[in-house]
Amino acid sequence: MKEQFIEKFKEVVEVESVELTLETNFRELEEWDSLAGLSIIAMIDEEYDVVLEGSEFKNQNTIGDLINAIQSKIDGKA
Amino acid sequence: MTNGIFGLHGKKVLITGASSGLGKAIAIECAKQGAEVILVGRDIDRLNATLSLCEGSNNWTIQQDLTDLNGLSQFVQNLPMLDGAVFCAGIIKRNPIKFINPSTLQNIFDINVFSIVELTRLLVKLKKINNDASLVMISSVGSDHASLGNISYMASKGAINSFIRGLAFELAKNQVRVNAVLPGMIKTNLTKGISDEDLKFEIERYPLGRFGQPEEVAYACIYLLSDASKWVTGTKLVIDGGLTLR
Repeated sequence: MKEQFIEKFKEVVEVESVELTLETNFRELEEWDSLAGLSIIAMIDEEYDVVLEGSEFKNQNTIGDLINAIQSKIDGKA
Repeated sequence: MTNGIFGLHGKKVLITGASSGLGKAIAIECAKQGAEVILVGRDIDRLNATLSLCEGSNNWTIQQDLTDLNGLSQFVQNLPMLDGAVFCAGIIKRNPIKFINPSTLQNIFDINVFSIVELTRLLVKLKKINNDASLVMISSVGSDHASLGNISYMASKGAINSFIRGLAFELAKNQVRVNAVLPGMIKTNLTKGISDEDLKFEIERYPLGRFGQPEEVAYACIYLLSDASKWVTGTKLVIDGGLTLR
């Protein structure tokens, strides 16, 4: 899921400036803005059927945080 | 209970989406003005909780999923003659354009548009609307005032803004009035997905310095349901703390 998520993230936020890793703080990316935030929430909903509330999302800063949040929600559903 | 020109004494008013948020506040306030309210929603426990807060003994609840269009006919047949209706049921979903697809759009339009049009059609066809009745649709200033990622919701409320104009024209021959209320941001469950930081930023855009209260939208509905607005039809009443002044 890790590589696939990073690919999706790059595509949605249109990241060209840097390589993304689990440790990347996405809020510091040159391409990051409110629309990127909404797009990531929408992408996670569309691709993983996981709804991140705004209040949860604001506590997540790295790509790894997002993947963990998605995984724990998927596990919670199982 | 008020029996003045703004009172709703003796009026039977259907309220959809009455289990929470705006619908709940509208039900409670209409009942305070003497209306007999019929509360509709999907969650019977929450509907009954609203019912317990409504003054008067002639109020009742009906559990109904308004997006189940096939079930609507039976639902409408069982209704009494109405003097008013407030269409509050609605959802919001923020999707940037790249994430809007026929399915996400359908979800929004099912409740925000199709259920309203179909319910209205059946109310008219099955003659459940008294002459002199008033229909009120909850739209939003968001129909015309952009906020990020809100395209689908905006489009659905824009559809309602046009719908009430056409409907008002068609039902005028029976003295039935149709109006919309366009609130700005009201603190309800629909706003809970927005982070506190974004909410703070939002508040600064309101000249009156705060978001609205659900009751403040209810007071507009009371006006539009009452005889005080007997010559008002097809209007879009903006209640937004000044948001759209600029």
